[in-house]
Amino acid sequence: MALLVASIASLFVGVLDVNLAGLLSGDFQQLEIFVISRLPRLLAILCTGVGMSVAGLIMQQLCRNKFVSPSTGATISSAQLGILLALLFWPTSSLWGRALFAFATAILGTWIFVYFIQRIQFKDVVMVPLVGIMFGNIIGGITSYLAFKYEMNQALSTWLVGHFSMVIKGRYELVYLVVPLVILAFIFAGYFNIVGMGQDFSRNLGVNYNLVLFLGLSIAAMITASVVVIVGSISYIGLIVPNVVAMFKGDNIKGTLVDTALFGALFVLVCDIISRMVIAPYELPIELVVGIVGSIIFVGMLFRRLNGPRSKRARLSAGGTGCSASADSALKEEAV
Amino acid sequence: MMHIKNLTKRYEQKTVVDDVSFQIPKGKVISLIGPNGAGKSTVMGMISRLVARDEGLIEFEGKDLKHWKSRELAKRLAILTQSSNIQMKLTVRELVCFGRFPYSGNNLNEEDYKIVDKAISYMELEEFQDRFIDELSGGQRQRAYIAMVIAQDTEYVLLDEPTNNLDIYHATNMMKMVRRLCDELGKTVILVLHEINYAAFYSDYICAFKNGKVAKFGTVDEVITKENLSEIYGVDFEIQTVEGRPLCLYY
Repeated sequence: MALLVASIASLFVGVLDVNLAGLLSGDFQQLEIFVISRLPRLLAILCTGVGMSVAGLIMQQLCRNKFVSPSTGATISSAQLGILLALLFWPTSSLWGRALFAFATAILGTWIFVYFIQRIQFKDVVMVPLVGIMFGNIIGGITSYLAFKYEMNQALSTWLVGHFSMVIKGRYELVYLVVPLVILAFIFAGYFNIVGMGQDFSRNLGVNYNLVLFLGLSIAAMITASVVVIVGSISYIGLIVPNVVAMFKGDNIKGTLVDTALFGALFVLVCDIISRMVIAPYELPIELVVGIVGSIIFVGMLFRRLNGPRSKRARLSAGGTGCSASADSALKEEAV
Repeated sequence: MMHIKNLTKRYEQKTVVDDVSFQIPKGKVISLIGPNGAGKSTVMGMISRLVARDEGLIEFEGKDLKHWKSRELAKRLAILTQSSNIQMKLTVRELVCFGRFPYSGNNLNEEDYKIVDKAISYMELEEFQDRFIDELSGGQRQRAYIAMVIAQDTEYVLLDEPTNNLDIYHATNMMKMVRRLCDELGKTVILVLHEINYAAFYSDYICAFKNGKVAKFGTVDEVITKENLSEIYGVDFEIQTVEGRPLCLYY
């Protein structure tokens, strides 16, 4: 419901005045802006929000770690490297060509990361995203080096900071890419849940652990790569949105996938409206706004967890930050 | 019936399971015991297809375990290990519903839900069924996992150290539950146990391991003797009889 209201609001926020009366009365100029800029932008925003949060949710489930996401799992930086490689080796490549490169590198980067964290069983859950961030920075370093060497910095910067201002009529590619992938994620949702319970648990139920793991990670990586190719890097969503939803709805992916997708879309939409209104008629890159709003929500989550009433504490701690949760609630049970 | 023939497992150069053969009779409780590193958990892993074997044959219902489709096997044989992810915020009911996965995948039908309800009430978990498993105590959580296995409705139930991390009260209840699974539901239960007294009191058969080999296999009375246990564990034992069952004393 809130999503619907925000969607409509988004359509009418912008440099040029567009209003319903104008549209209905057949004002050609207004109609043109509406179709060329506002509508594609809204669709791109919705797809980004849905895509990134679903990708984050899948990665968190499969890696059994609440801190893993496309930005903390090297997926985004791998996709950026892929785009650069496409620009270098295939300068005339179309958007689809670049998407193909980004797919390949994003999947490869995510696989390597997950293979690595599976081989080394970290005791501390925070180590996993730290390794991911370091791995992402290494890939980012390679990207920067190549960009400097071949003087591609200017071209690359478009994909480093995400923004929607380039999304205009005819650029519906994101929709074509993200929608089928998200549908695929819905179909396999139940499998992701079982794999999230561990290897022995999946085998016991006759689920092929490795196959589902690779399939799920590939879907998450492809969704991320699609968003990076068209909008640019947008971090935080894949981390924050699934965690906030899990706090209230639990971890059964069948129950939370829809909520996560909708909340992700709403989150990006609100951030986009803010980014267009703060310094109107100019606009801020969405990445900036998402970063600030995301950080505030994250800090708020932590505070609520620390100060919340006793009954709520156990529930929140489990969803929010993973590791201390089970120990915390186990202790509580003991005490009772 | 499960026939285990010449089972061998090596990790690099070290042979952890060495030419193990025994038969698992149907409708009984069988405990695998032995000192640490004797290979009992590895044998359990291999007969539940969680661990790949190097040599030997495991014949399950007339067919080699390798030739069973994983999902078909999941309807006949269930394994519960200690490695499940308890950080996941799932409700007890959602967990128990996973037990129906081998039958109906993600779309449970009415009959599946009936079986889930029955499993929950059998384990007396009705009042907890909408609680998250990470909020439960160790004993309640263990019961939730058993409920899932009951919903999985298999003839064989394999439990790897089910009394681990449980206090005496919950561990004893767990063992009583194992007995009920066998006596009331007619399941074949295979356990890896550390506490030999639980094994002696609640099992029908015992398979004792030492250095990767089967040291003794037989009924409780055949295996639980002063000489056998002293040899297997390398400490002195006294055996007394309580309620017609052998009770082991060691110090």
